Amino acid sequence: MKMKLTTLALGAMMAAGPVMADLVFPSLSYRTGPYAAGGIPFADGYADYFTLLNERDGGIGGEMTKLVECETGYNTEKGVECYESTKGQGALVYQPLSTGITYQLIPKVTADNIPMHTMGYGRTSAANGEVFSNVFNYPANYWNGASGVVNYLLESNGGDLKGKTIALVFHNSAYGKEPIRTLEELATKHGFNLTTLPVDHPGQEQKSQWLQIRRERPDFVVMWGWGVMNQVAIQEAANIRFPMENFIGVWWSGAEHDVLSAGAKADGYKAVTFHNVGRDFPVFDDIQKYVVDTGKAAGAGDQIGNVLYNRGMYAAMLAAEAAKTAQGIHGTADITPAMMRDGMEALVIDEAKMAALGMPNFGPAFNVSCENHGGPGLVGVTQWDAESKTWSLISDFAETDGEVIGSLIDADSSAYASENGIEPGCK
Amino acid sequence: MSDQFLFATEVFINGLMAGVLYALVALGFVLIYKASGIFNYAQGVMALFAAMTLVGIMQGQVPFSHIINAIFGTEVHHFGWHVPALMAILLTVGVMVIFAWLVQRIVMRHLVGQEPIILFMATIGLAYFLEGFSDLMWGSEIKTLDVGLPQGGSFWIEDMTAGLGSDNFYGFFIDQLDIVATVVAVLLVAGLVLFSQYTKQGRAMRAVADDHQAALSVGISLNFIWILVWSVAGFVALVAGIMWGTKSGVQFSLSLIALKALPVLMLGGFTSIPGAIVGGLIIGVGEKLFEFAIGPMVGGATENWFAYVLALLFLVFRPQGLFGEKIIERV
Repeated sequence: MKMKLTTLALGAMMAAGPVMADLVFPSLSYRTGPYAAGGIPFADGYADYFTLLNERDGGIGGEMTKLVECETGYNTEKGVECYESTKGQGALVYQPLSTGITYQLIPKVTADNIPMHTMGYGRTSAANGEVFSNVFNYPANYWNGASGVVNYLLESNGGDLKGKTIALVFHNSAYGKEPIRTLEELATKHGFNLTTLPVDHPGQEQKSQWLQIRRERPDFVVMWGWGVMNQVAIQEAANIRFPMENFIGVWWSGAEHDVLSAGAKADGYKAVTFHNVGRDFPVFDDIQKYVVDTGKAAGAGDQIGNVLYNRGMYAAMLAAEAAKTAQGIHGTADITPAMMRDGMEALVIDEAKMAALGMPNFGPAFNVSCENHGGPGLVGVTQWDAESKTWSLISDFAETDGEVIGSLIDADSSAYASENGIEPGCK
Repeated sequence: MSDQFLFATEVFINGLMAGVLYALVALGFVLIYKASGIFNYAQGVMALFAAMTLVGIMQGQVPFSHIINAIFGTEVHHFGWHVPALMAILLTVGVMVIFAWLVQRIVMRHLVGQEPIILFMATIGLAYFLEGFSDLMWGSEIKTLDVGLPQGGSFWIEDMTAGLGSDNFYGFFIDQLDIVATVVAVLLVAGLVLFSQYTKQGRAMRAVADDHQAALSVGISLNFIWILVWSVAGFVALVAGIMWGTKSGVQFSLSLIALKALPVLMLGGFTSIPGAIVGGLIIGVGEKLFEFAIGPMVGGATENWFAYVLALLFLVFRPQGLFGEKIIERV
C-alpha cells in the first residue's frame, strides 16, 4: 500500500511538475474579453509554429517545445498572475501582447533573469539593452511605427508636410499614448500640426472625436487603436467621408477584422507593419500539412495568412531562432532562460535564414546586440483592398528617424536607469 | 449664424441621437427592474447574445460547431443557406423567449423572496455564463451585421443645411443609422406603452410591478409575468444589439454598452420608461456638449467621466432619479 501511494505521489509530481527536457514557451494569450478578436489569431499563429517545429523537425535542436498557454483577458493583473504561475515551469521567454502587462513585468523578468520579447509594443525605450537587460522589442517599436507613418506621409507628399495637420486618434491608455512624444518631436522637425484625440476604452462610441475631425478637417488621420476602437473608427471615418487613403493606422489597427465591418467603404485604408502579409509563403504550406491537416492546429485553421496570425507565427519564429542561437552559444540543447537571453541578444536574422525557413521577405533582416535590443526599426506600409478582402504590402521596409527616436530612447531609458538605480552596461 | 453656434447645434443633435442609443440599452434594465426588482447585470450580455444569434441565423451558421467538430472530428460550420433579415429577427426573438423561460425556470424561480443583492449576484453569474455560452455557440470572431439599415451621413441634411454658415461649415452631419435608431426607439416605447396599457398581459405586468402579493392574490401568475418581462427585455436587447452591432460589428465589446446605460438609469430612475428615454437624452447631449466645449481644454476623453459625474450629482440630490418612484422610509 505504501509502495502504491509513493508511486502515485511520484506520478502526480511528474505530471504536475515541469518537464525539464522540453523547451517551454509560455503564451500569455487572450482568447476572451473585449480584445479577443485580436488575441486569438496571434495566439494561434504562435502556437501553430511551435507545433510545426515539433511535428516536422522534432523540436528545436532535438528538444521538443512545449507551449504553456495562460489566459490574461488583456488584463494587467491577470497577466502578472500568469507570469507568476508559469515562470517556475522553465519558461524561456515571455511575450505578453499587452503594453500594460509589459510595464508590470519589466522589473520582474529582470529580477528573475527571464527574457521578455515585446515585438511592436511595450516600453519603447527597452530598445536600450544596456538599461533593459532582459527586455527585447526587435524588430520595431511604437516610435518606429510613428516615424514610419510620418515618413510615408512625407514620401507621398513630395517630402514636405509643412502646414499640414495630422490628427492622432488614440486608445486612451498607456499603449495609445506611446507615440505622442515622438509625433510631437516629428511635428517640430517637419513643421506639421498635431492634434490628439483620445478615445476611452473600449471605443464603442466615438461620435465626438469624428465630429471634431469633420469640423477641423485634418489632412491626415493616424490611428493608435486596438479592439473595437479600430472597427468603430474606420466606420466613423467612412460615415463622415474622410478619405481612406489619408487614414493610416499603427500595426495594431491593421488586421482583417478591423476593416471588414465597414465593407467597401474601408477600401484604401492603410496601416504600417514590420512584417509581411498574406499566405503566399512556403512555411504556411508546412503548417497546413503538419499542423492543420493533422488536426493539431490551435484554432480552426482558417486564420492562416491573416495579419495577426502571421504576427504570432513571426513572433514564434523569432523565439525559436533565438533558442537555436542560444543552443549554439552554450553548446547544449536544453537551454535555460538566462541562456535564451544570450541567444536573443546575439540573434541574427538575414535573408538566407528567412528563405530557408520558408519565409522569404517576410520581415526585415536585422541583428540584435547588447546596445540595441530594438533591431533596425524598419517599417513598411500595407493597404486594404475591400474587393479582394486582402491586405497588400505597398512599400519596402524603410528606415525610420533614428535621430529623433534614438535621443528619445536615450532620455527615457536614462530616466528609468536613474529611477531604479541601474548602472547601464552590457552583461 | 456663426459657425461655432452651428457646430454646437450639430453636437447637440448628435448628442440626442447618441442618447437614444443609450436609452435603448437602459430600457431593458428598467423593464426587468420595474417588474421584479432585479437589477439585471446581464442586460448588456443579452444584447451581445441576441446580436450573435441573429447573425448566426442569418448566415446559416451551425451552433456549437467548434465543439461538434472537436468531438466528432467533422468540419461543419454552415448549413449552406442564408436566412432573410426579417425572418432571422423573428427567429431570434423566439430564441430570446426560450432564454427568458430558461432563466425563469432554472435561476429566478428558485430565488423568489431572496434579498435584492442575491438576485443581483445571480444576474452577474448569468452574465458570465451567457458570455461564455455565446462564444461556444457562435464563436468569438467579429461578425458583420447587415440587416439593411442605412449608414453614413445624410447627404440631404448636409446639403439642406450647408448654406447656414460660412464656407467652413459643411452642413449638419447626422448619421442615417442614428435616425433609424431614433424612429425605432420611438416605436418601441410607443409599443411598450400600448402593450402595458391596453393588453391583459400588460396590465398584469403593471399589477406585478405595483405589488407582487396583491397581483398573486387576484390570480396573476408571477412565473408567467417574469417570463414575459424577460422576453420583452430580450427583445429590447436584440434591438439595441442590432443598432450597436451594425456600427461596430458583433463582438464581445457589445456587452460593455451596459456601462453606457448605468448613468442613464441613475439619472432617469430605475423604474421609469420615460425616465430611461429622458435620462438617455440628457446624458447623450450633456456628454457631447461637455466634450465639445471643455474637452479640448483638458485633453479630451471626458464623456464617460461627465456621464458618471452627472449621475453622481443626481444620486446626491435626487437618489430616485428624475422619474423614479419617490423613496419613502417609514420608521
